[in-house]
Amino acid sequence: MSLVMPKPDESVMARRAALAASLREIVPGEGVIDQAEELAVYESDGLTAYRQPPLLVVLPETTQQVSEVLAFCKREGVKVVPRGAGTSLSGGALPLADGIILGLGKFNRVLEIDYDNRCAVVQPGVTNLGITQAVQHAGFYYAPDPSSQIACTIGGNVAENSGGVHCLKYGLTTNNLLGLEVVLIDGTILRIGGKQMDASGYDLLGLLTGSEGLLAVVTEVTVRILPKPPSARALLLGFPTSEQAGDCVGAIIAAGIIPGGLEMMDKPAIHAAEAFVKAGYPLDVEALLIVELDGPEAEVDHLIAQVARIAEEKGATTSRASQDEAERQSFWAGRKAAFPAVGRISPDYYCMDGTIPRKALPQVLERMREMSEKHDLAVANVFHAGDGNLHPLILYDANKPGELERAEAFGADILTLCVEVGGVLTGEHGVGVEKRDLMSQMFDETDLAVQQRVKCAFDPDSLLNPGKVFPELHRCAELGRMHVSRGKLRFPDLPRF
Amino acid sequence: MESHKPQDESQLAEILSEASAKGTPLELEGLGSKRGFGRPFQADGTLSLAAFSGVSLYEPEELVLTAGAATPLAEIEPLLEEAGQMLAFEPADYGPLLSGQASDRRLDSLGGLIACNLSGPRRPKAGAARDHVLGLRGVTGQGACFKTGGRVVKNVTGYDLCKLLTGSFGTLAAMTEITVKVLPRPEKTRSLLFSGLSAETANQLFNRALGSAYDVSGAAHLPAPLAAASNIDLVSGLGEAVTALRLEGPEPSVMARQAGLTALLAALAAPVEELHATRSLAFWKALRDAQPFVSRAKTAIWRLSLPPASGAAAVAALDLDDSDYWLDWGGGLLWLACPESAPQPPALAATLQALGGHATLVRANEGLRAALPVFMPQAEGVAALAGRIKASLDPKAVLNPGRLYAGL
Repeated sequence: MSLVMPKPDESVMARRAALAASLREIVPGEGVIDQAEELAVYESDGLTAYRQPPLLVVLPETTQQVSEVLAFCKREGVKVVPRGAGTSLSGGALPLADGIILGLGKFNRVLEIDYDNRCAVVQPGVTNLGITQAVQHAGFYYAPDPSSQIACTIGGNVAENSGGVHCLKYGLTTNNLLGLEVVLIDGTILRIGGKQMDASGYDLLGLLTGSEGLLAVVTEVTVRILPKPPSARALLLGFPTSEQAGDCVGAIIAAGIIPGGLEMMDKPAIHAAEAFVKAGYPLDVEALLIVELDGPEAEVDHLIAQVARIAEEKGATTSRASQDEAERQSFWAGRKAAFPAVGRISPDYYCMDGTIPRKALPQVLERMREMSEKHDLAVANVFHAGDGNLHPLILYDANKPGELERAEAFGADILTLCVEVGGVLTGEHGVGVEKRDLMSQMFDETDLAVQQRVKCAFDPDSLLNPGKVFPELHRCAELGRMHVSRGKLRFPDLPRF
Repeated sequence: MESHKPQDESQLAEILSEASAKGTPLELEGLGSKRGFGRPFQADGTLSLAAFSGVSLYEPEELVLTAGAATPLAEIEPLLEEAGQMLAFEPADYGPLLSGQASDRRLDSLGGLIACNLSGPRRPKAGAARDHVLGLRGVTGQGACFKTGGRVVKNVTGYDLCKLLTGSFGTLAAMTEITVKVLPRPEKTRSLLFSGLSAETANQLFNRALGSAYDVSGAAHLPAPLAAASNIDLVSGLGEAVTALRLEGPEPSVMARQAGLTALLAALAAPVEELHATRSLAFWKALRDAQPFVSRAKTAIWRLSLPPASGAAAVAALDLDDSDYWLDWGGGLLWLACPESAPQPPALAATLQALGGHATLVRANEGLRAALPVFMPQAEGVAALAGRIKASLDPKAVLNPGRLYAGL
């Protein structure tokens, strides 16, 4: 692997047995894992291209244990990588050879459901879908729905600020949280927010959400729950060009309609999905849109008709409105199976996650076709068209020498292009290790140093998840001595890791 | 008092860099409409951001707008209205409340609004100001120019410093440019009025309405004396306490939801009046800007953020007189007035301790604001962390030091 991680601390690795013994005093019994074959389970997350067995795995059961483990690691100078279900697609939970994995899997209880205040208090190891399952009998649900929702945990969702297909209307994780309990690296337990809508003081809730496990460990989450919309219908729209599909999306929004879901697929993705699940997608179109409207029936029917009219004006060659729930599900079946469908036609695929201003889509797709030729690898695109979040799937074969490297180079080119057209490196998967070295495409040295100084307020020794998000590690003392000149910070030249 | 008025970011950086070197605290100023908001603090000079003004990007189809921090909302709102859009969090203008003088146009700037994170009645449904900030440019206390976020809705690239700066009252960085998410304005707005309910029944009504799928976008309760003083004839004419629920959206949807909601709430109360279009807009705008308390002289104005189901319980625990409070945000926001000469609500701390939530002293004379916690004290660990965050972005404490908390 081409990834460079911080140099392991030999002195910590040499103390492995003693550290395990001390940690067992905090988390007794099977809560500390040190056997090689069991550690192997934790060697990678959803980004399987990178693997590294951790020094040890610790699985605490109480906030008090988390606090003691972190305080111990700080005293001993041991790095800590927090982990939920390990579904990160950016390597956020990639272990370090000289660091422990702090697994929150045993924090799996729903603590309180408060319908009058429309919130639920849960432990971080509860799955995203588990929250909805706990409240759906009362007609409620938890809105953010990342595609891994059956497995991914709410703690991981907080760390990554996870999205899903309904973000444009319902927001990301950060817009659906009310409170957190977190533990800092020195063991301090903090409670932030609560059941009220606005917290006082600095918005630590907002800062911690999406901080990728670099600032604190989440031990409790209070989420907003919403009444489930009584009905939903979807429109399946096919267009001869991706420009027309893009225009149609713009026109829907310009008409004042914010659909619950608004997805686009390009031709390779349509064909792969249709071959896999036979969703009834038209194969003679360049772009397919799925537009879902949700809400009261009267509203949904009214808006479906309006969207169908707009689509016709924009030259849709296929336009089908779902007539019942089964048909709506079938429209989605292909989109939801897009990743495995691509997996069927290619031994491996690499899923990217940039966001672009929507109007740049035709230009980005065109440039991607050129890149596809240059790198000699095929690409299929699924696109959260409403919010501009693009997921190109690069097809490659890891067994063919050089293909993984080419796929990675292709991916980096795509993300650089996203930034070039006014977008960002990651919409919902996080920076992790995957996009770490591309951060300088989007941020200059000062932008990054300002972020790292905020990190120093939480974790001055850089023990929480080091090697993620930032392309260079600066010691906090160095950051404190930085010299500002003409609005920019000046560093001495430092080697990367 | 020295007054600085930088014309661009590099001048701003130089001023802050020098202020940090000399340890000179500065008071940040946009359009000055919220000067009296926050704790009184000592500054050796003012730093006007007035030059950072104007909308530099507005793309309605992309739902995004970028403007300088000192851009007047009075300039942004008409622009959005023309394209049928809005800031969905219903930005509150506390200018009139803080000055005690009604005004027929907004006096606030985008930067001030974001620095104070002020949201209006749509907050329970649409989120707060902080939920609509996509990107920022600013300068730290040390004079480092930086950017954070972007111009797209879905973005997890790096820490979300937009949220950290929103509501930080100018204590962490001087913002120069802000990118916000904008949304379509609803086609129709209609408010259902219920009359003569107690705060307790009103809160039950809110719980049921906001817990339903009828998508209520405003839920407020005005006790009789405040309802009587309303500038909306159909509200003042009812002669009793008024509880209002707002429905917005396409016409067929509003009609269907009105019928459904009325049936759902029938066991508790039945609506006696409806506000349509202009009247509905004016009603919620008045509550957004705390109009019932604007002209009340020599009165301290508090804002309590509460678990929404506890709004009426707070009214009871604080033993509030009907002329001195109203509830918004479905019970999650309690506005209360207390003569400056009287002891400030003695049960405040105990009530918040029991129910959860926090209080902000929005308006009071300088003596009271110096003597009382304008923002409720934070738990020890949180306060210590906030102090370290302040020290990392503004180590010499030159940006509005003490405006939010002593030592920040």
